[in-house]
Amino acid sequence: MNLRSIPISAWIGIAGIALAIVCALFAPFLAPFGERDVVGEIWMPAGGDFLLGTDNLGRDLLSRLIYGARTTIFVALAATLISFALGMILSFTAAVTGGFVDQLFSRFNDLMMAVPTLIFALVVLAVLPQHLWILILVMAVLDSTRVFRIGRAVALDVAVMEFVEAARLRGEGSLWIIFREILPNTLSPLLAEFGLRFAFSILFLSTLSFLGLGIQPPAADWGGMVKDNKDGIIFGISAALVPGAAIATLAICVNLVVDWLMKRTSSLKGGRGDA
Amino acid sequence: MESGPITGPVLTDGVAGETVPRSADLSGVPAKPNPAAATGEIGGTFWRRFVLRRPLVALILQRLGLSVGLLFAVSLMIFGGIEALPGDFATTYLGQSATPQAVENIRKDLGLDRPWSERYLSWLGGAVKGDFGTSWASKNSVSEQIGNRLGNSLFLAFFAALISVPLAVGLGMLAVQFRNRLPDKIINVISLAAISLPEFFIGYLLIMFFAVQLGVATFPATVYDSMTLSERLSAIALPVATLVLVVLAHMMRMTRAAILNVMSSAYVETAELKGLGTFRIIARHAAPNAVAPVINVIALNLAYLVVGVVVVEVVFVYPGMGQYMVDAVTVRDMPVVQACGLIFAAFYIFLNMAADILAILANPRLRHPR
Amino acid sequence: MPDLLSVKNLKIEATSYPPGEPPKVVTLVEGVSFNLEKGKVLGLIGESGAGKSTIGLSALAYGRGGVRITGGEVLLNGRDILKLDRGGINSVRGCHVCYVAQSAAAAFNPAHKLGDQVIEASLRHGIMSKEDAKKRALYLFRVLGLPNPESFGERYPHQVSGGQLQRAMTAMALCPNPELIVFDEPTTALDVTTQIDVLAAIKHAIEETHTAALYITHDLAVVAQISDDIMVLRHGKTVEYGTTKQVIEAPKEDYTRALVSVRQTKRDEASDQSGTLLKIDHVHAAYGNGFKVLHDVSMHLSKGQTLAIVGESGSGKSTLARVITGLLPPTEGRITFDGKELPKALKGRTNEELRRIQMIYQMADTAMNPRQTVRDIVGRPLSFYFGMHGGKKTERVGELLDQIEMGSRFLDRYPAELSGGQKQRVAIARALAARPELILCDEPTSALDPLVAEGILNLLMKLQEETAVSYVFITHDIAIVRAIADSVAVMHRGRLVRFGPKSKVLSPPFDDYTDLLLKSVPEMEIGWLERVLKTRRMESAGN
Repeated sequence: MNLRSIPISAWIGIAGIALAIVCALFAPFLAPFGERDVVGEIWMPAGGDFLLGTDNLGRDLLSRLIYGARTTIFVALAATLISFALGMILSFTAAVTGGFVDQLFSRFNDLMMAVPTLIFALVVLAVLPQHLWILILVMAVLDSTRVFRIGRAVALDVAVMEFVEAARLRGEGSLWIIFREILPNTLSPLLAEFGLRFAFSILFLSTLSFLGLGIQPPAADWGGMVKDNKDGIIFGISAALVPGAAIATLAICVNLVVDWLMKRTSSLKGGRGDA
Repeated sequence: MESGPITGPVLTDGVAGETVPRSADLSGVPAKPNPAAATGEIGGTFWRRFVLRRPLVALILQRLGLSVGLLFAVSLMIFGGIEALPGDFATTYLGQSATPQAVENIRKDLGLDRPWSERYLSWLGGAVKGDFGTSWASKNSVSEQIGNRLGNSLFLAFFAALISVPLAVGLGMLAVQFRNRLPDKIINVISLAAISLPEFFIGYLLIMFFAVQLGVATFPATVYDSMTLSERLSAIALPVATLVLVVLAHMMRMTRAAILNVMSSAYVETAELKGLGTFRIIARHAAPNAVAPVINVIALNLAYLVVGVVVVEVVFVYPGMGQYMVDAVTVRDMPVVQACGLIFAAFYIFLNMAADILAILANPRLRHPR
Repeated sequence: MPDLLSVKNLKIEATSYPPGEPPKVVTLVEGVSFNLEKGKVLGLIGESGAGKSTIGLSALAYGRGGVRITGGEVLLNGRDILKLDRGGINSVRGCHVCYVAQSAAAAFNPAHKLGDQVIEASLRHGIMSKEDAKKRALYLFRVLGLPNPESFGERYPHQVSGGQLQRAMTAMALCPNPELIVFDEPTTALDVTTQIDVLAAIKHAIEETHTAALYITHDLAVVAQISDDIMVLRHGKTVEYGTTKQVIEAPKEDYTRALVSVRQTKRDEASDQSGTLLKIDHVHAAYGNGFKVLHDVSMHLSKGQTLAIVGESGSGKSTLARVITGLLPPTEGRITFDGKELPKALKGRTNEELRRIQMIYQMADTAMNPRQTVRDIVGRPLSFYFGMHGGKKTERVGELLDQIEMGSRFLDRYPAELSGGQKQRVAIARALAARPELILCDEPTSALDPLVAEGILNLLMKLQEETAVSYVFITHDIAIVRAIADSVAVMHRGRLVRFGPKSKVLSPPFDDYTDLLLKSVPEMEIGWLERVLKTRRMESAGN
């Protein structure tokens, strides 16, 4: 792979994601104040000790933003990883096995997708107790329906190719066929899809937190911070917009990278590629 | 024609196969699939002949049947799925410290002591007639409260659609016209950014700018019965603008892709090699084939709009279905959550079905069978 | 008499965008010149990538995708159409010059009736009134031998067959009474028995209407039937340009000579056809949806020999290969290999049974994993069947690459870095690596250019002599059957029409279908088409 072939837009995306990850990893060292410490007046303007001002309880906004990166990225990433693992295993099993298993999985998936994700999440979260791992699992399961659909389509595309048939005729087992013949040829589109799902997870988590159903206070997360500070808007206090902008920026950065990956995938079609 | 033999095989045929008969069995509703099971053979051959003679009607019936089946399955999932999840409503309702006696009483009160299949049947029976029971929190009829709010939500979504659809299609065509040139690239970058913005962020940005700084719009967007239409419209200006921005980028990108796909086809090349003018090529050769995918795009995005309404209503404190549902979820008011969930899902399923049926109708291969 | 079309020193370029590299300008056509008189036909012939379609479209001042005409002149009646503005070009296209595409199925708009599309150009250019245009369309439908010409125009593209669509496309091109038509491989996508009808219809129609034509094809035998002059192209440059008689009967250049003499190799069949290796006994097969594709098919093959299965698309010949491999288990009948009945389904077969039967596909592109190197592709059967690894495996892969005349320097190449012929050779090496007794070849040469295909056929014959491997060779090309087969099976609509030693199958008395099939294959001989049509007319008159 040639570094110079990466367009500027993708570089911006990569830089943004890297910054967010650094914040998430080293939050205790980077943040000037503690995550939950009340250090000043309510809704102090930006500047002075508080670079971005303070929030509705007088906590430092910048510190909470940095800690929030940790929660938001961790939960979104965990949900995406689980949803991918789940979606990929089920979709590849369906695509390679075919027949009844494929029908069963696909029809059930159709059923899950017949309800809008947010509505589904609202209904389920209304019943389940509020735990972080439950939130992650709910997000993962709902998102895995999308992964299943694309994973199955991509795998079927490759599975009907003659080199897969040739491997079958040779007598290769399912594992060899999935991992050696199909998977290497689906990596690029799946990588792009992973990015897309990650961006969606960030937005989805933020939306749930904003609605009061995601991460529970006092832990800082970006969507929840918007909810905490939304009452200030009407007084012209922009504290709610700061975490909102952070969510938007991270999602844009991920999408910039995804956009590049997708273009790359389409221009590699039929080619060798060395990703 | 009896409805049985027609819809029966639709449901057992193909996609709805696994889901529909099961939900019907459990629901015990005088089921449509039953005649099909009894007259399976006759219905089958009749159906096969029907498919050959009227493929268009057959496909549409099939799609309709699928939607009905899906809706039943979803109702089962919303009701039954919740039952299967851990957690006891009565305990949740009263809090952890409640005495067993109080829990027992409240269970009886809410009817939770009856077997769940029985409760599902009576719930579904009521839902079909538009009766969703009483709210646990307010003890009011759910249907009454929803009636008003559903109207408000539809009002909002309608105006958002009215503005966003022509705008998105127009911008999409503009992007195609200037394909790979500056306007297209600008539209591409902006739409990519817009897709990444959470609804509430757009909403608060608009409030900050138009309501607080400029003071030209109202916030919160409260509406009540005595308002005139113009008052209502000015109240919903910002929520509508937010919804438009949310769906615009998606719709525009998909429109652009759909039109580009048609423009790069061999028959458009043929038209070009006939020496036809650009307008004639677009109007006569590209448009009839692009209409179907574009309509499909619109319907899919309207379905998305239904969901976007939830967040936007919360942001603008707008008295619609979405806010009602979110509030109910917070206090775990299950009858309300179930009713709202089912109605949202129904709209979503209906719009997706409309998208598919329009695509079927626009396909000349199906309109003019061999 | 002034020339209708005169192309001078044409240069055509395109910009390609290889991923991760700066855009490159590629020259597709350079220094091509020719003249075409009114009412004459010029055949443009060459392999894929020779630039023949690009040249054809330049007569309409059209570049497909990012293709640009960057040099030279295209004079139509003495006027350079490359210098015209958009409006000027539009008044040439569809009026003076018309185009017939290879795939009529894609080139017709699915949303409109055929009749409306056929007369559209005539109306838009104001050449004739609607009534006249309809009359002319009807006349052309008749000339082109379309069924029910009166109602044909009322139908939609998806309602008629491929051969009919191709004729309708010709009618669409002829309707505005143009001076020139560009035919871009109009019969390539058709079956051989359909091709002859369409070819005859096109020839008849352009003779009737005195229209000049550029006829583009990769098949010299086809172009010999229809054109007055022939230009042979290779890599965007002219190889040879002369009258049809001169090019076919006395070619000057080596490349043309090779093109003319290709398909003329013939091999005598083995005299001893005993020692049966493969026996197919009353096999029936159906797809999952119950659609029957094979009806009571029986044939057999001797050790070290070649059985050619010949038929058109839909004849069930490829399905038969899938039945032999076990991918599609037969519903009835059995398959015996080396005296032992094979389990019907793939899953029931042992690795040893699988090893003995290998397969080569039509598209070498999709038959090899694009993410594996030649070393992995050819080496996998060695480690899978024989447990070879390390140096020993590499050594054996090298030997196999030598056997297919490629050599070890290709070891670490990816399929995308190989040419079409090289890919097919690697696929053969992969099959050979298993030391099979039978190789199923599913049209392995039909996607290749004629000279490359010839090389593959010769390689297969050489390997058969060296290793005594048997082939089941599936093809639609009678010339290949003549060249390599010992025994022949003719299939039609899922049934076996004729089976036996080559000499018997390919000599009279024929059944109707084999007769039609054999007579439909174009021969490298001027006047072949007229002769066939004449005998046909006499036969039908006799009936």
